[in-house]
Amino acid sequence: MDLGLNEEQEMLKKSAKEFLSKECPKKLVRELDEGDSGLSRDLWKKMAGLGWMGLPFPEKFGGNGGTLLDLIVLLDEMGYNIVPGPFFATVVLAGFTLMEAGSEEQKQAYLAKICSGEMIMTLALTELDGTYLPESVETVAEAKGDQYILNGAKLFVPDANVADFLLVAARTKSGADPAEGISIFIVDVKSRGVKVTPLKTLGRDKLCEVVFDNVTIPSKDLVGKLNGGWPVIKSILRKAAVAKCAEMVGGAQASLDMAVSYAKERVQFGRPIGAFQAIQHYCANMVTDVDGSRFITYKAAWTESEGLPSDLEISMAKAWTSEAFKRVAVLAHQIFGAIGFTMDHDMHLYFRRAKAGEIAYGDADFHREIVAAQLGL
Amino acid sequence: MDFRFTAEEEAFRKEVQAWVKAAIPQRWRELPTGFWQETDESWQISRQFQKKLGSRGWLAPAYPVEYGGAGLGHIKRLILAEELTYQDAPVGIETEITVNWVGMALQHFGSEQQKKDYLTRIAKGDIVFCLGYSEPNAGSDLASLQTRAVEKGDDYIINGQKIWCSYAHFADYCWLGAVTDPELPKHRNMSMFVVDMKNPGITIRPLINAIGCHSFNEVFFDEVHTPAASLVGVKNNGWFQLAMALDFERSGVQTAAANKLLLDHMVNYAKANKRGGKLLSKDPILRNMIAEMAIEIEVARMLCYRIAWIYSKGGHSNYESSQAMVFGSELLRRISDAGMRVLGQYGQLAYGSQRAVERAAMCRSYIASLSIGVGGGTNEIQRNIIAMRGLGLPRK
Repeated sequence: MDLGLNEEQEMLKKSAKEFLSKECPKKLVRELDEGDSGLSRDLWKKMAGLGWMGLPFPEKFGGNGGTLLDLIVLLDEMGYNIVPGPFFATVVLAGFTLMEAGSEEQKQAYLAKICSGEMIMTLALTELDGTYLPESVETVAEAKGDQYILNGAKLFVPDANVADFLLVAARTKSGADPAEGISIFIVDVKSRGVKVTPLKTLGRDKLCEVVFDNVTIPSKDLVGKLNGGWPVIKSILRKAAVAKCAEMVGGAQASLDMAVSYAKERVQFGRPIGAFQAIQHYCANMVTDVDGSRFITYKAAWTESEGLPSDLEISMAKAWTSEAFKRVAVLAHQIFGAIGFTMDHDMHLYFRRAKAGEIAYGDADFHREIVAAQLGL
Repeated sequence: MDFRFTAEEEAFRKEVQAWVKAAIPQRWRELPTGFWQETDESWQISRQFQKKLGSRGWLAPAYPVEYGGAGLGHIKRLILAEELTYQDAPVGIETEITVNWVGMALQHFGSEQQKKDYLTRIAKGDIVFCLGYSEPNAGSDLASLQTRAVEKGDDYIINGQKIWCSYAHFADYCWLGAVTDPELPKHRNMSMFVVDMKNPGITIRPLINAIGCHSFNEVFFDEVHTPAASLVGVKNNGWFQLAMALDFERSGVQTAAANKLLLDHMVNYAKANKRGGKLLSKDPILRNMIAEMAIEIEVARMLCYRIAWIYSKGGHSNYESSQAMVFGSELLRRISDAGMRVLGQYGQLAYGSQRAVERAAMCRSYIASLSIGVGGGTNEIQRNIIAMRGLGLPRK
């Protein structure tokens, strides 16, 4: 048993922290949050230059040959700093989908360009009911000669507004089992009939509605097996859930650090408020939530990274971390008092992301139900 | 990172599982079990069981071999503690006190003679310690303790009163904190002693705890002579030594396993019983609640594993232990309440009652859980430690 990071991961963590504190200050975070695109091409290029987009992918596609766990270390730091942009969508959602199901040609054409930072992609999965269940996939891809015709609407698609290509989960066969008959396609966002509309959200992340109106897809752009898309999606959802946990762990750690440092400085009644037990006990609760979240998240990521069955671990991590980050952010706000409830203060940036992170890839109730089933209930 | 146990550790776990299963006497399975030995009979069974463990080197597995341990290290100690707890073996708080709190402190601060004398006997299960910490006016503010030890010739003479001394009525020795220089400020005025409980002048008065069993005692010291050689470590350095013993006390790695036992109990009950014609396991509210408990156990387990990992690397766990203790103890209360909800009307049936479920384990845990989160420093004190030592928040 070794609960520590290895040397390379420690280096990655340190260099990511330094890089982000310099290159992604809160001023930029705010600009991107408040702007339409959410993307800084300049930051994106620099991140690509560090090899971040290819971190968990094989070297033959221009990646770094790392593991999911390595990526988790990076996402923890990205969550700590808050890094707006399509990194998560491109690397976690699209990158792993291509890695797991793409053909050699598709990997060369798309994954390699993800690794180099030349291409932005996302996964269009959720639809009007907003769930992560196969029955909610109603967008249809109908075979027509050497092509498919895509019709339907996707909702809550991250970063489609800046994506070059979408990976779209669509129904290619209907039957008794909703998990059968789903296929994944690569769709050029510029294709005729694709309409992307950004949504305004609490988290100020760029979730979009994407409507497909008779969009033509060449057969060669099918990713993986026809009708065999759901097992791939399930695997991606596992990775996305634990990856989102890592971002939330980082965000919770940042909230704690900010609040503790404020509690040491802010003087009321002639002493730092951190000397009052009420504040100390808030902080004690927060650090235990942060540490618990980090351990349960890293364990889940390690389990998935090792290729072991991880449904239980990941659902436990997502259920716990989703709520723990919220608790930490609320207590941090309480410690900051009124100043925390201003747009100028950074705390609300984290509070917003805590909620967005909870909703993404299954909230606590969704994952507790998976845990219950895994317990044999 | 590697969250796995090694193949050798897994094999050790299997060996422990099989051995413990066979070693638990049938009669134990009929008695009310848990944190305390609730009857004289369970005390006797527990003592015998600890000797059996001792003869295998498993009572104090992480002690060095020269002091009667097995030198197995802290990961195997964790595995042993988990398995003993999970199988509800006859190992109670007295084992923890003697082996893992006092024994560990003696390893750090005892003289060679004291180590040879006490550790080897502890490791065999031959002796039991009680704690002489709290006093009527020194609870959370333990450093205000007033029991005095005055040097006189080759002895110290002890006068004072201790309280909450679990199993003092059975103990061979008391690990006692007493003021040795009242002129010095608190935290620097006390020393630690190993006092023989057979000494004249010691009076023990029982306190019956809220589950109805005799675990606690008040212990009165009236002109008790103890040899100067029974002082442990450095004179007037007792607070530091006591605080370290408290760190060991808070470093229990078995709380997650105790919680898991209760979880399995409620899962099995929910799968096998109906209410209103519907299996409890199909009730969405209960499913959600039970799943949450399983998740929290996983968090508690990781906080416990961190402690074992820190010790296995030669470190010392301090505020990390407080984190595990606060979380684990409050979780025990939540789990016991959740279990009572799953059992419904049956949850209230006490041990010995007609129709009680599983020796009323949930009912007993529900009330016993009140004490966890108080003993060894209240959770308020633990949170102070986490905030001040862990996060560096100011004292004033």
